Amino acid sequence: MFKKILTGLGRSALAVVAAFGLIAGAQAADGVKIGSFLAVTGGASFLGDPEKKTLEMYVEEINKNGGVLGKPVELIVYDSATSPKDAVTFVKRLIEQDKVDVIVGGTTTGETMAVIKEVEDAGVPFISLAGAGVIVDPVKKWVFKTPHTDGLAVEKIFLDMKENGLTKVGVLSGSGGFDKSCHGNAVKLAPKYGIEIVADEAHGKGDTDMTPQLTKIKNTPGVQAFLYCGFGAPTSIVAKNYKQIGMTVPHYQTHGSASQKFIDGADGAAEGARLPAAALLVVDQLPASNPQKKVAGDYKNAYETRYKDEISTFGGHAYDGLFIAVEAIERAGSTDKEKVRAEIENTKNFIGADGIFNMSATDHLGLGPDSFVMVEVSDGTWKLLK
Amino acid sequence: MLAEFLQFLFSGVTVGATYALVGLGFSIIYNSSHVINFAQGEFVMIAGMSTVSLLALGLPMPIAILIAVMITTAVGLLLEKLAVEPARDASIVTLIIITIGASIFLRGAAEVIWGRDFHSVPPFTTNDPILVGGAALLPQTVWIVLATLVIIAGLWWFFNRTLTGKAMLATAYNPMVSRLMGINTRFILSLSFGLAAMLGGIAGILIAPISLTYPSVGVMLGLKGFCAAILGGLGNPMGAIAGGLIVGISEAMTAGYISSAYKDAVAFIIILAVLIVIPSGLFGARGTERV
Amino acid sequence: MNFWHPRTGGLVVLAAVIAILPVFLANAFYYDVIILVGINAIVCVGLNLLIGYAGQISLGHAAFFGLGAYFSAVLTGTYDWPPLAAMLCGAVAVGLLSFVVARPILKLRGHYLAMGTLGLGIIIAIALNQEVWITGGPDGMVVSSFSVLGWEPSGDLTWYGIVGGLLLISVWLALNLVDSPVGRALRSVHGSEVAASVAGVDVISYKVLIFVVSAVLASLAGSLFAHFAGFITPDEAGFIHSIELVTMVVLGGMASTYGAIVGAAILTILPQLLTVFHDFEMLVFGGILMGTMIFMRKGLVPSLAALVTRWRR
Repeated sequence: MFKKILTGLGRSALAVVAAFGLIAGAQAADGVKIGSFLAVTGGASFLGDPEKKTLEMYVEEINKNGGVLGKPVELIVYDSATSPKDAVTFVKRLIEQDKVDVIVGGTTTGETMAVIKEVEDAGVPFISLAGAGVIVDPVKKWVFKTPHTDGLAVEKIFLDMKENGLTKVGVLSGSGGFDKSCHGNAVKLAPKYGIEIVADEAHGKGDTDMTPQLTKIKNTPGVQAFLYCGFGAPTSIVAKNYKQIGMTVPHYQTHGSASQKFIDGADGAAEGARLPAAALLVVDQLPASNPQKKVAGDYKNAYETRYKDEISTFGGHAYDGLFIAVEAIERAGSTDKEKVRAEIENTKNFIGADGIFNMSATDHLGLGPDSFVMVEVSDGTWKLLK
Repeated sequence: MLAEFLQFLFSGVTVGATYALVGLGFSIIYNSSHVINFAQGEFVMIAGMSTVSLLALGLPMPIAILIAVMITTAVGLLLEKLAVEPARDASIVTLIIITIGASIFLRGAAEVIWGRDFHSVPPFTTNDPILVGGAALLPQTVWIVLATLVIIAGLWWFFNRTLTGKAMLATAYNPMVSRLMGINTRFILSLSFGLAAMLGGIAGILIAPISLTYPSVGVMLGLKGFCAAILGGLGNPMGAIAGGLIVGISEAMTAGYISSAYKDAVAFIIILAVLIVIPSGLFGARGTERV
Repeated sequence: MNFWHPRTGGLVVLAAVIAILPVFLANAFYYDVIILVGINAIVCVGLNLLIGYAGQISLGHAAFFGLGAYFSAVLTGTYDWPPLAAMLCGAVAVGLLSFVVARPILKLRGHYLAMGTLGLGIIIAIALNQEVWITGGPDGMVVSSFSVLGWEPSGDLTWYGIVGGLLLISVWLALNLVDSPVGRALRSVHGSEVAASVAGVDVISYKVLIFVVSAVLASLAGSLFAHFAGFITPDEAGFIHSIELVTMVVLGGMASTYGAIVGAAILTILPQLLTVFHDFEMLVFGGILMGTMIFMRKGLVPSLAALVTRWRR
């Protein structure tokens, strides 16, 4: 009996040690290491998948053009599966085992917030690809982000509503982090724009039919507009339900739906839906004088040629994060983390795929409200408004 | 008032019928092996995703859905042959973990084959709703209900009028005696997996036009289908149908009349309440336990 | 006291392994994984008592883990309680909750019991997700650091020590329970509830006892996790986490306390090893799970032990 336990335990201990030997990370080569943890699988894979593809494609391209500071760039991507717990483990692995110089990743707010303590303690520059404002507000020394905040998006929506005389809004949101963050911002910012939320409904993860919630919103007396907070498949389901029950009030969504897939998934029901998005989504309609047109246009062509799939703004955030980091390294002249961090903070007039960035010691995002444009679904595709 | 109620009802019936079909699969597999097949939801997903690919190849809709269901049935049979049969004499809990592994495996395979995006599937007829009493009924929902009725009738005929069906019931009742009576219980096991996969596949092609399809669409549907099967009494096909409809309709009614945020919680509370009062489900086998 | 007895001998070996392991842990990443293994192992040891020895299945155990985590997070964060008090309060609350729900739920059998625990777990997870004003909702909440009367654990080795110590205590508790009259009563319940009750065993009371013990262990582990990770989300209480825990117990071997530890270790470490497969990670993981259970039906430790016994003959 004792022998059995001894053998079992001994084997386990040996197995554990051997296992760690297997994952002994990359050697400390003389290159630039960019680490990333993304929600490639899990609930946010809709966002993480294009982010990963973008990073891989452009690191390849950077290396073809001679690398950074003349050295090759190594990209290490781990799948954090939309799990903050896994994100922490992978970030520790990136910092301690793989010894990366900078981290660009963190698809969701939960995953990002979970690792802040690690990157701050270890002193590694981290550019997040997640949405919530709380990531950079209050400002943390080593944490930056490239996507527009959820608050910015909601403000843009409310501005548009106000301009169109719509003050009574019915809101539907899912149960995910992005959904609730957006919803929370809507509730908080509504009074500022004179908006009243007259209906507030929610749905669960993996729901296939939201007609009860939409019916309630439709039947709310005085409702003038409808807003859906969410991303992924539910956005299209909501659009279809909206059309099914014959809702006529203006249909708003958030930048979580900023992708052609939302329109295709809705099978024609998304016509007329409006949302704030990065100009990347409608780059072909931008005037030639728009400074973003070239960068965004090049990104769109490159991505669509390589992956035979439409771009989304989420991949654009990864592009911006990667190149802000790379240019900071070039300006710093080394991979010294403190210098790189300082240079990221010094990012001025960086023309990215999803916006023009001007960072500072008090602003680790660097995007203003005009970095969003309002777009509308028209004839099965996105149309730039005003 | 009436229009609102009807709208909630239509939503409840739409999702409820889907849960019912998935739950049917659980009951049928449970009947022949006492195993809970955690990969049941994945059958729904495979059918939907296959349909998308087949349509993209240019096949007409009826052929595409037929082939999609056939592919799903094949996957179910493979699952039984490769994963369940080798571990036939293992404990129930082990078999359940095997099906959990299968569910993860199938989802991983789906992501590799089809990618991680969600896709839409055109409805069987149109997306233009039929107005009934002021509520908008999707033609697809009518198809779902019709298909469920046909399946119920088909299963009734199968279990009551065919020898194979009766053999399946016999195996569920007492496997040892069934073998003694000459029933090939191994074949019955394969058949039950194939049948459950087929039902899951049919559910998949029916619901895909409404729910869209993506690699993890089966997770929640599988869970709710399991609830439906348990609520109705595990092993009782009619119970699974009733269970599915109850879960679906109570979800819709809760969302409509009480709180949409807690609608899932209320569905589970109802299930728990029923189970506490009737421990073997609504129509479950209430036999005596032999010591 | 017979040194070679599984209770003392095995514990000594486990303590030795825990003491020696840090030599091999090269950096914070290794510590992170091993500490997570330890925390999962604590939950699994308790869960194994329920599933393996008492024969009751629980598909909602992560909810108790999550509740422990959130009690700690909220009481120390929003209400400034001392962490140890918050942890104990969480354990007591979870103990009470599990006691109240145990009686009606444990009347169910087999898959119905699975459904009952699953439903309970999901309801708790939904509540944690929905009540954003307390829990911070799906975007999670930050947890303040752990401290006992002013002393704060500094660094990974200390945390490793805390978790390792608690694991040893849990294993000792579990082994004692198994070998006690309570344990024997439990195994009789597992064997045949009817026969046990005829023999005078108060079946329902024992089932409730083990349910509560395993729930409290999960809660304590959850509290530790909250302080160690510094950040928690409602996913910790979710049903996917519950399924993971059950898988760990079954994989390692039911009715084997050390098996629960091995199962926790394997399922926590395996994803780190599989990252080399990139897009095929999920597929390979599912395949390994299926393969292991097909070829080692009783779970790893019992199967390996049987192999060893057979080889020695």
